Amino acid sequence: MLNLEYMWGLLPVLLRYLPLTLQMATIAMFFALILACLLAVVRVSKVPFLNGFSLLFISFFRGTPLLVQLFLFYYGLPQLISALISITGVTAAVLGLTLHFSAYMAESIRAAIVGIDRSQTEAALSIGMTQSQLMRRIILPQATRVATPTLMNYFIDMIKATSLAFTLGVTELMGATQKEAAGSFLYLEAFLLVALIYWAIVEVLSWGQRRLEIYLNKAYQR
Amino acid sequence: MISLQGITKRFGAHTVFRDIDLSLSQGEIIVIIGPSGTGKSTLLRCINFLERPDAGRLQVGDLSVDTQRASRADILALRRRTAFVFQNYGLFANKTALENISEGMIVVDKLPKAKAHARAREILERIGLADKADAYPASLSGGQQQRVGIGRAMAANADVILFDEPTSSLDPQWVEEVLSLMKQLAVERQTMIVVTHEMQFAREVADQVVFMDDGGIVEQAPPEELFTAPKDERTRHFLRKILAPTGQAVP
Repeated sequence: MLNLEYMWGLLPVLLRYLPLTLQMATIAMFFALILACLLAVVRVSKVPFLNGFSLLFISFFRGTPLLVQLFLFYYGLPQLISALISITGVTAAVLGLTLHFSAYMAESIRAAIVGIDRSQTEAALSIGMTQSQLMRRIILPQATRVATPTLMNYFIDMIKATSLAFTLGVTELMGATQKEAAGSFLYLEAFLLVALIYWAIVEVLSWGQRRLEIYLNKAYQR
Repeated sequence: MISLQGITKRFGAHTVFRDIDLSLSQGEIIVIIGPSGTGKSTLLRCINFLERPDAGRLQVGDLSVDTQRASRADILALRRRTAFVFQNYGLFANKTALENISEGMIVVDKLPKAKAHARAREILERIGLADKADAYPASLSGGQQQRVGIGRAMAANADVILFDEPTSSLDPQWVEEVLSLMKQLAVERQTMIVVTHEMQFAREVADQVVFMDDGGIVEQAPPEELFTAPKDERTRHFLRKILAPTGQAVP
């Protein structure tokens, strides 16, 4: 039935593309987190003008499919801005993933911030903290704990979403599988193998997530 | 020297209190009593702008603020000259007992971390929680949490500590340890304003007792006078209701 020998041989070939997949995901996650925190703080603090921009940004990037956004950045924008003509598929994918996921993550960070008990804010203000000290020292650390499970979910989603980069001509894990399968005609084996690889990555991450949550909950043990 | 002049607070169309005047000198202890919902806590919260007053002047130490013209800097300065103890403790949940006490010294007073931690350890010693330095609030009893709350207020080195019903959320078994810490501060002549329903504490510790009702100060007198010979009928009524069930002497 299954050509296991072929799958075994294909494994090291595909794994060569794993670093690119993980790099795209971690770089996009890094920038998405920063952007999401900024968007969330702007929303919570109702910073004039920027708040409106945040709303529009979040609305657009949540309201349109990731694939459409990726095509827009890779094929569309260079027509408008000629400097972008040399944008690589990897850059466009990282850019698209960053903006798309930051919109979702901003909302879960915002919810976490809003959910922090009012007593924490009052206590911080009562000892003379400024708004930004309150945010940095008290609210964001506590919101991190609340938001971590959902943010890890987005990271997992993001790793899988890097596979869309193959539609921009990037040879990452998915792109490599596609090429190999097209050469061997063993589609079932190739795509089954790549599915198992993604699954394994996500399992490792889930294990890490559980450890992280135990660490973040240490202040809350009775 | 702390003084409130003409402090007024409204929530929408409802006036919580109007034209409150109150003053105390350094080392003086004022206890505010009165029925629930008369704005005692709100008054306390107006002194450090956790609630914004709608009229009046505040003076704390060398700082005098017209509450209607208070700038952000004025409010921060006011908060640095006051410390607040919350009914629900309000400890920073993500910080240890030691960090709760040292946080303000590090962030607000800009003390070097080592120095702030050393001072925090001295305070932990004084509040009897030296062994709980690294404990998080969630693992402390109510009484211990409130003592850390008081320790945090002590660390602020403020001109006055404001206590907002500090024992009201506590299980009865923890009330005494918190009151005795407050008495210890009173012996050291820490200036404080205390909103409480603990009449025995008021009798023992207060220099002046203030009775608030109907959005204003009804009467103010030293405890021996207010508890034994209250002038106003509303004060008598309140004391009768609150003291009768405990079997204490009824005026």
